[in-house]
Amino acid sequence: MSNENSKLKILTNGILAENPVLRLVLGTCPTLAVTTMASNGIGMGLAATFVLLCSNIVISALRKIIPDQVRIPAYISVIAGFVSVVQMLVKAFVPSLDASLGVYLPLIVVNCIILGRAEMFASKNNVLDSALDGIGMGIGFTITLTIMGSIREILGAGTWMAGLDGLLPFLPAGFKIQILPASIDPFSLMTSAPGGFFVFGILMAAAVYLTTPKAAKTAEGGEA
Amino acid sequence: MALKLASIFFTMILVDNYVLAKFLGICPFLGVSKKLDSAVGMSLAVTFVMVVATAATWPIQMFLLTPTDAAGNLKWDMGYLQTIVFILIIAILVQLLENVLKKYIPALYKSLGVYLPLITTNCTILGVTILNIDNGYSFIEAIVCAAGAGIGFLVAMVLFSGVRRRVEQAVTPKCFEGLPITLVAAAITSLSFMGFGGIVESIFGV
Repeated sequence: MSNENSKLKILTNGILAENPVLRLVLGTCPTLAVTTMASNGIGMGLAATFVLLCSNIVISALRKIIPDQVRIPAYISVIAGFVSVVQMLVKAFVPSLDASLGVYLPLIVVNCIILGRAEMFASKNNVLDSALDGIGMGIGFTITLTIMGSIREILGAGTWMAGLDGLLPFLPAGFKIQILPASIDPFSLMTSAPGGFFVFGILMAAAVYLTTPKAAKTAEGGEA
Repeated sequence: MALKLASIFFTMILVDNYVLAKFLGICPFLGVSKKLDSAVGMSLAVTFVMVVATAATWPIQMFLLTPTDAAGNLKWDMGYLQTIVFILIIAILVQLLENVLKKYIPALYKSLGVYLPLITTNCTILGVTILNIDNGYSFIEAIVCAAGAGIGFLVAMVLFSGVRRRVEQAVTPKCFEGLPITLVAAAITSLSFMGFGGIVESIFGV
């Protein structure tokens, strides 16, 4: 029972308690860059999750073989291999996502979440735990990107999930949900660079607020 | 020619600033910008590696991965190996650079040395090498673009380390302390860089 519990904990760890983006502050570049639209966030999150899962499994399986001195180059080669696989898959099956992610797709190689988890987790734990950790971290990353993409897209363009038809082929072409009525001018600053920093800051503050125990909060509130 | 190079150089610094407009290299931007001298050291190391990495990866892409004959047709296409080859070259290059600096220029090694290992996983380096290929730059243009990107990184780091000193002394709500308020400050810094949009085109007329 306790064993199952710990497995579940590894899986859920990445979603809020150790959310890679908001709590560990890893992988900030793709977080800020691709979240101009919610569908880009989902695509980027899924691509990174795939790489994270595969590289965690392989690195964990090889953890006793890879000599300590050359572990970073070895990890990077493994990760770069899987990133190339993802790049080819995305180019072949989701060309619209490839166009909107652009250079950030190959840059998954240097996404610190993946190297960070390889170093912090996969190199010390068995294959199953590492796979669970990869999935959990990946889901946490995907959720964060989707939330950020949603906020920026709704405020900045007035729509939600535009371009999702590229990811899910059964949706009609040009699919989008109009959230703000078209008569309201969208706050286009949100989809450009400053909006990215701003929303990220606000979300990070929200994560700190939500994970601080209530007692501590009221105590601080009293002092203020 | 010179005009085009100057235009690329200043576009990379002001308009397409890697940190503030393209979101590359955010990790060192947030991590190392606390103190002015470490911000400068890191940026100089990044600029140096960027230029050397571009000088190394551009010929490899053009002559090994996707070489073309005189008529411009591809002789063979190994472009799919780009990611793996580039990151390995950068990793080797950084290691080599560290050893060379240690042996021959110990003074420079002392000031840049601690930042060098961090640079392998700095996405600006891989980013600038790949974007140079994607944009179809010639060798000289690619080198100038890499230098501009490095100087742009330096400008952003130095400016932001100043902003950050003020932010750190400000009284903020508890949950905004530390990184969140820093990010909001970065948003305002990046807003000021948006004002440069179009300025390079109107000066150089390219």
